[in-house]
Amino acid sequence: MSADAETGRGDRGDRRSRILGDLRGTRNIGIAVTSTVVFFVVVAVVIANSAGWPEVRKAFFDRKLFGDSFPEVGHAFLLNIRIFCIAEALILVFALAIAVLRGLPGPVLFPFRLLAVLYTDLFRGIPTILVIYILGFGAPALQLSGVPNSPLFWGVTALVLVYSAYVAEVYRAGIESVHPSQEAAARSLGLSRAQTLRYVIVPQAVRRVIPPLLNDFIGLQKDSALVALIGPIEAFRQSQIDVAATFNYTPYMATALLFILLTIPLARLTDWLIARDRRRQSAGGAR
Amino acid sequence: MRARATALKLEAVHKSFGSVEVLRGVDLEVGEHEVVCLIGASGSGKSTLLRCVNLLERIDAGRIFLHGEEITRRDVDVNAVRRRVGIVFQAFNLFPHMTVLRNVTLATSRVLHKPRAEAEAEATALLERFGLADKRAEYPDRLSGGQQQRVAIVRALAMQPELMLLDEVTSALDPELVAEVLNVIRELADGGMTMVIATHEMSFARDTANRVCFLDAGRILEQGPAEEIFTHPREPRTQQFLERIIAAGRL
Repeated sequence: MSADAETGRGDRGDRRSRILGDLRGTRNIGIAVTSTVVFFVVVAVVIANSAGWPEVRKAFFDRKLFGDSFPEVGHAFLLNIRIFCIAEALILVFALAIAVLRGLPGPVLFPFRLLAVLYTDLFRGIPTILVIYILGFGAPALQLSGVPNSPLFWGVTALVLVYSAYVAEVYRAGIESVHPSQEAAARSLGLSRAQTLRYVIVPQAVRRVIPPLLNDFIGLQKDSALVALIGPIEAFRQSQIDVAATFNYTPYMATALLFILLTIPLARLTDWLIARDRRRQSAGGAR
Repeated sequence: MRARATALKLEAVHKSFGSVEVLRGVDLEVGEHEVVCLIGASGSGKSTLLRCVNLLERIDAGRIFLHGEEITRRDVDVNAVRRRVGIVFQAFNLFPHMTVLRNVTLATSRVLHKPRAEAEAEATALLERFGLADKRAEYPDRLSGGQQQRVAIVRALAMQPELMLLDEVTSALDPELVAEVLNVIRELADGGMTMVIATHEMSFARDTANRVCFLDAGRILEQGPAEEIFTHPREPRTQQFLERIIAAGRL
């Protein structure tokens, strides 16, 4: 706060991290470090001395089992990464198409708008796991020629269908948040409606919705584990196998750790992207 | 005066928003290289009139001609018309996610399909002409209001329009920034640009406009050379309006 008053620029380009707060000055950093160390030492001591801790440690944090299962689970996790990388790429495109469809003007295009509304209502309403079961078991059972049998294919398809409904709504919120005067300015220069969307509206909309978009993608990363239920052995399924073999839950913890390790860099990357954008547009000038 | 060719012609133009009739039969003719200022109270229809000429609003009745060609026909290519008519808005409406240079070259490269190098060279030359050369790589939020509005004017000019519409372009500016924008418009007028200008800057209207039109309740109530309108207004409504302007110290 005081730093804001001093520099007179507590504005958009100069906002500090909410978590780190105002850590300028050696004294403040010293206090922060000391209080952090003391706090976590106390927490650790309390946990380690509580009654059930040895059992918990044995069942969930067995060092040897962790070392044994981690490579296997880690290898299976590559499948999770593949699942959501493919799904994310498809969702980004498909959801945008739906959002644009929903924003089309005029009475002639009403059926398209209706279709987009129905789609989002439908796939946001049905539980993800149900969609995965219906497609994963149902579609191959039809035995239609040309329809793939791979459970992986149908698992990814189900995730794309479900998550596109959410992401389309995120996009739509972004598109609607761009002021109509931007469209007027673009159209007044002779840009077509499609060009206006592509060069003026969508770029601004996407920038604004990056945080909620990331939020949905974190959800998607976790839900990649659901694909295991129709067959493919990804990290969660692999850890289940390991748990069943050892009657110990440590492999689950290894899987959980992998998911967390993937999510955190993504969150930081997004923060960085947003900060960079803000710097460019307001405080930092051309760079 | 009447000898010049007609650039823009409005015939009995009507426009309503819902039950509110904003334009109630506007007739207006603007000659080539002529500068026409629209004055009148807020809500008298000045902005709507300009937006109708740019086809940003569809008129309910009447006709609009651009160099003799009717642009309000249903089958007209609106994008092609807008290419020929530049408009500058009160709130600048620059694209905040693009640099100044990209703002200016977007339409010339995407609509006129000029090669990138050519579009950028032209844009740079225009920016230079209006004292903005050093801002070409900046984003709009980094500029003052006056600079942003000058960029918006350059953006419209880059399309080499036959007609420029200026919609209260200084109303959103701090007083000390108004002059730099008005100077740009004067320069355009001196260069022979045909312009229709909605404005509250009466002294600017008096020394720049060839003709001043007073709009009242969706009609052009009175029009004539600036000197005549400002010194000998015939209509009581015009007199009233100007008296209030003088009382506010704006003339």
